[in-house]
Amino acid sequence: MAETIIGLAGNPNCGKTTLFNELTGSNGYVGNWPGVTVEKKQAAWRANRDVTFVDLPGIYSLSPYTPEEVVSRDYVVRERPDALINLVDVTNLERNLYLTTQLLEAGRPVVVGLNMCDLLKERGDVVDAAKLSEMLGVPVVEVSALRNTNLDELVNKAVAAGRAGRVQPGARCFSPEVEEALGKIAGIIASSCDAELSRWYSIKVFERDAEAIKALALTKAQLAEAEKVIKAVESARDDDAESIITSERYDWIAGVMEACVRKAPKKLSMSERIDRVVTNRVLGLPIFAVVMVLVYYIAVSTVGTWGTDWANDGVFGDGWLWNPADQAAFETATEEYDAGFYGDKIDGFLAAAEEAGIATDDVSAAVETLAEDPEDADAQAALSAFVAEAEAAGVTATDVPMHDGDGNFIDSNDEVVTRIDAEGNPVLADGQELAVIDTVTAADFEQAVAAQESAPALEDYGSFVPSIPSVIEGWLAAAGASEFVSALVLDGIVAGVGAVLGFIPQMLVLFVMLCFLEDCGYMSRVAFVMDRVFRRFGLSGKSFIPMLISSGCGVPGVMATKTIENEKDRRMTAMLTTMIPCGAKTPIIALVMGVLIGGSDAWWVAPMFYFLGLAAIIVSALMLKKTRMFAGDPAPFVMELPDYHFPTLKSWWLHVWERISAYLKKATTIIFAASVVVWFLLEFGFANWAGGNGAFGFLSLMDGAPEYYTDYSLLAIVGNAIAWIFAPLGADSWQAAAASINALIAKENLVSTFGVIYGIGDATENSVTMWSGFAGMFTDASGILHVGAMCAFVAFNMLDAPCFAAIGTIRRQMDSPKWFWFAIGYQCVFAWVVGLIINQLWELFALGNFGVWTVVAFVLLAAMVFQIARPMPKDETADEKILSSLSESAA
Amino acid sequence: MATLRDVKVGESCSVARLAGTGALKRRIMDMGLTKGTRVYVRKVAPLGDPIELTVRGYELSIRKEEAASVEVTDVHRGEA
Repeated sequence: MAETIIGLAGNPNCGKTTLFNELTGSNGYVGNWPGVTVEKKQAAWRANRDVTFVDLPGIYSLSPYTPEEVVSRDYVVRERPDALINLVDVTNLERNLYLTTQLLEAGRPVVVGLNMCDLLKERGDVVDAAKLSEMLGVPVVEVSALRNTNLDELVNKAVAAGRAGRVQPGARCFSPEVEEALGKIAGIIASSCDAELSRWYSIKVFERDAEAIKALALTKAQLAEAEKVIKAVESARDDDAESIITSERYDWIAGVMEACVRKAPKKLSMSERIDRVVTNRVLGLPIFAVVMVLVYYIAVSTVGTWGTDWANDGVFGDGWLWNPADQAAFETATEEYDAGFYGDKIDGFLAAAEEAGIATDDVSAAVETLAEDPEDADAQAALSAFVAEAEAAGVTATDVPMHDGDGNFIDSNDEVVTRIDAEGNPVLADGQELAVIDTVTAADFEQAVAAQESAPALEDYGSFVPSIPSVIEGWLAAAGASEFVSALVLDGIVAGVGAVLGFIPQMLVLFVMLCFLEDCGYMSRVAFVMDRVFRRFGLSGKSFIPMLISSGCGVPGVMATKTIENEKDRRMTAMLTTMIPCGAKTPIIALVMGVLIGGSDAWWVAPMFYFLGLAAIIVSALMLKKTRMFAGDPAPFVMELPDYHFPTLKSWWLHVWERISAYLKKATTIIFAASVVVWFLLEFGFANWAGGNGAFGFLSLMDGAPEYYTDYSLLAIVGNAIAWIFAPLGADSWQAAAASINALIAKENLVSTFGVIYGIGDATENSVTMWSGFAGMFTDASGILHVGAMCAFVAFNMLDAPCFAAIGTIRRQMDSPKWFWFAIGYQCVFAWVVGLIINQLWELFALGNFGVWTVVAFVLLAAMVFQIARPMPKDETADEKILSSLSESAA
Repeated sequence: MATLRDVKVGESCSVARLAGTGALKRRIMDMGLTKGTRVYVRKVAPLGDPIELTVRGYELSIRKEEAASVEVTDVHRGEA
């Protein structure tokens, strides 16, 4: 049996997605229609794989104005599916039938499904389906997509109609004068079009729809004749042809409503009562704020973050404990252990012994061995020998400084000492006292070494689940894989996959909430409430949600743009939303604040960076909306506010799953490939260190490779090659470039990269050593810290292309190479320009330095101001879709 | 002539004519605001714009700017 293709068409909110999922089990292909970010879904029928459904976007009309509508009508008229199912929401029959009248003209067999009949009955209204079928001239089936009632009948009728291939003539819904004119036009164009599409094209010619009739390639004579017919009707009616057609459709529908529908007396529905409160003039904004705070709180600060931490630190980190009681016990034990300051005691005593002239190399090694294996006889012997020697010499360490978990010195008030000198010694303010351990004796030392072994470890707990990398590591070791293969698999591949999967828990939490808001009808109200604010910047009221989410993570933030109907708003929001600092960028903020004010405790610090992000978005939106790519058809905000209803668990979950699986399928490849490439750049290089032979290879396994070998990696070479790009920003070192590249894997890598490059190992953004290392990069030979350069560098990394995970999501969202590269390119260029302006202005005003780049910065600044301030360019293409006279299309 | 923008919350009116052209006009008509349609202005958003209408038995939101292109007659208080 040949394949039968059935298009599903209907208004937004008519239950079409539920129908599609019910029919196909949602295992379909989800992509975008070519060239637009409109979702395209296609899948086979569960009951018969020979029947394929194509889910058209939810639309109100087949006008030439929106991408959704153009995609739909091109599909119906050009791809010619075997049949169309038009799903109609009976609770809103009048407006739904408007699309039906247009589908009937498209020359395809149509079957109408009346959905939500149960809701209608609750209201007490009655629809006469038989009468409706008679008036429309096509089969009408009463169904419930939600309860899976009569769906098989609906599809079987459509399949039968499709296989019969007979197109019903459909309703004649226009007035006699217009029908007569359409008849004349049909005669004029008869030689140019297929008989099945004669009515469709007659109406399109009558409407002067340029895009639709382009395919006909009518001659000048035909057009002139048709134009005469149209003009005659227009002057008789004193209205334009397009309006005449639209009005008459609704007039005819009014007649159908009268004949087929009996309405019960109107009561105030539940939905109306809810809406009275929710979009109330006074309560509307507070309720909106509460909903948003709740979404943010659950998705970003609590449940979502727990999910991400669990996935990143547990499943792909050190393993995790499934029993919360064990987890609590582990945390208490860790705290107790930290309070012993064993590490400080050991270091302090060893230093004192060395001062006393006792060699400590052997014992240092022994201490490390004993931490792993307390039974090691050789190490025990070395330890006892050392202790005996130290005791004999009477070594006692005094005033041993204490360190916190980040390796910082702390003062007597338990506060971090925020300044250190070049040798790494603490610099104390007046009245500040270093926290010290008064004395450490040999016995204390021995005890500290013994205590090390009791350091709490996750795997000692019963509910320990090892992490995926460690399991794979075990397999690799068991299989005898070489060190190189292990590194490739673990650091390259597993880490890349982990980067993708780590976001899943948070996305799940987020989409459970967003899909609820969308399905229950509140999302439209968000747009209703916020439109006033966002449209000033050329964005939609719904842009607010992606930005809010992006403050937690850009990946779900970009995904959340799916809820924006207007394509331009959607693209613009997807491009800009990652400029809001996400969770991974907060370590960078902490680092800068450490340098500037010695800590990130000041309350105004974090908001300032969010403000920077927000300002960047607003400035970008104002500039972009005047560019060719975003100008053009104005986006009218004429939007349905659907009734509130509680989504069923099943449709809710399907909706969530659809979003997440789309991310998994489409975003993973780019994240994965990019992570492996950066890993390769970081780990491979030339052995050019003192005594190296200059050969190319896997650095960490080469003879004599220093512990921090990044200086010799390919990444350093690439960094050097592109360092000139950063020179005008004041950071002309390869380290800055390399760190920016590495930050693409995950933004927090910016901090750890500096740790590696400067050989301060695993110092964190809260370490004072890291602050001074970072400041050192922007300090010149005369000791001046170039604050402008530092801020420029940070601003660049905040605003440029996001991490690979978010980049992959943007690609998936845009689904168009042109738009994808435009988005990434814009982000990088904009970030660079902002960095340039910050650096040059600071250099000029703080140091009085003036140069070519200062001029460039001022020119770019002026260009930005001009682009924002200039009036909206006139758009000449807006009305080409409907011609004012048909003769234009012949020209 | 009065436009839909001038109609107050709680009043209803009839559409007399649609000014403007192109996408906006077509969109307004596609949503059911055609000549002769009764429109009830249900409410206004918390920030004063857009407004919410009841038309052809459903709720439609439209910006005041766009409502200004809809000329109306027969304005009086109450639904219908």
